[in-house]
Amino acid sequence: MNLFSAFAAGLVFGVGLILSGMTDPGKVIGFLDVAGLWDPSLAFVMGGAILVGFFAFALAQRRAKTFFGGAMHLPHNRDIDKRLIAGSALFGIGWGLAGFCPGPVLVSFASGQEKAAIFVAAMLGGMVIYHAADRLIHEPRRRAA
Amino acid sequence: MTIDWNHFTPWTSLAGGVLIGIAAAMLVLLSGRVAGISGIVGGLLTPRRGETGWRLAFVAGLFAAPLAMALFAQAPVPRIDAGFGMLVVAGLLVGVGTSYGSGCTSGHGVCGLSRLSPRSLVATAAFMLAGIATVFVVRHLA
Repeated sequence: MNLFSAFAAGLVFGVGLILSGMTDPGKVIGFLDVAGLWDPSLAFVMGGAILVGFFAFALAQRRAKTFFGGAMHLPHNRDIDKRLIAGSALFGIGWGLAGFCPGPVLVSFASGQEKAAIFVAAMLGGMVIYHAADRLIHEPRRRAA
Repeated sequence: MTIDWNHFTPWTSLAGGVLIGIAAAMLVLLSGRVAGISGIVGGLLTPRRGETGWRLAFVAGLFAAPLAMALFAQAPVPRIDAGFGMLVVAGLLVGVGTSYGSGCTSGHGVCGLSRLSPRSLVATAAFMLAGIATVFVVRHLA
């Protein structure tokens, strides 16, 4: 049941990404190009998603269990630190360069876009590099602490 | 500021956004998980017991979306200007950045802002500003 609901959520999420225009990098860059010809559509994507998400998470935060009785895993980290800001800024630069972010590029990859495949490979590479570097740099420090 | 009326799609974008919100609601209320795509994928690269099945199921759903969409409408042709080198650099930055900053447009932008999380608000402001600055440099300075 848990797997089925996760599959259904992914499917609805992906259809939403396509319908909204998020899988079109030209549209994403058009949104970020506030100094040129600006396409405000993506603000409507965020608005629509948060409109529903606000009530869903308000409900989730008041429940100890999911509707199927499973555990509720909500984020606990509240730190606003260098990692958060530097990481998000790096992500934003990559997002602005190609117009792809993780969800839309996976959907675009599944629809057979070769350029999306290149981006996905590089993105997974970046994640692997990050985890390897994190283990090398932070693991000895954590052990020493 | 000039609005690009030719590409502006308020209604389909709003409808798509509502679907994304419904999907995030389904995942948190039925599976108890936050719909952050970079985190879901990142977790598959460092697999832990009991943490893989739901992630694979969600990604399988994402992959099935173009097929489901094709039943109802013809997908618009995406405009992808970036060449090979640019795609590699951008992909690496997105992979490293979302891991280091613990989230992307979905995790911080949609779910975090829905939870009114100050941490996610800062992250969203950071990637939005960095994205806007990058497009400004590439389109208007370079």
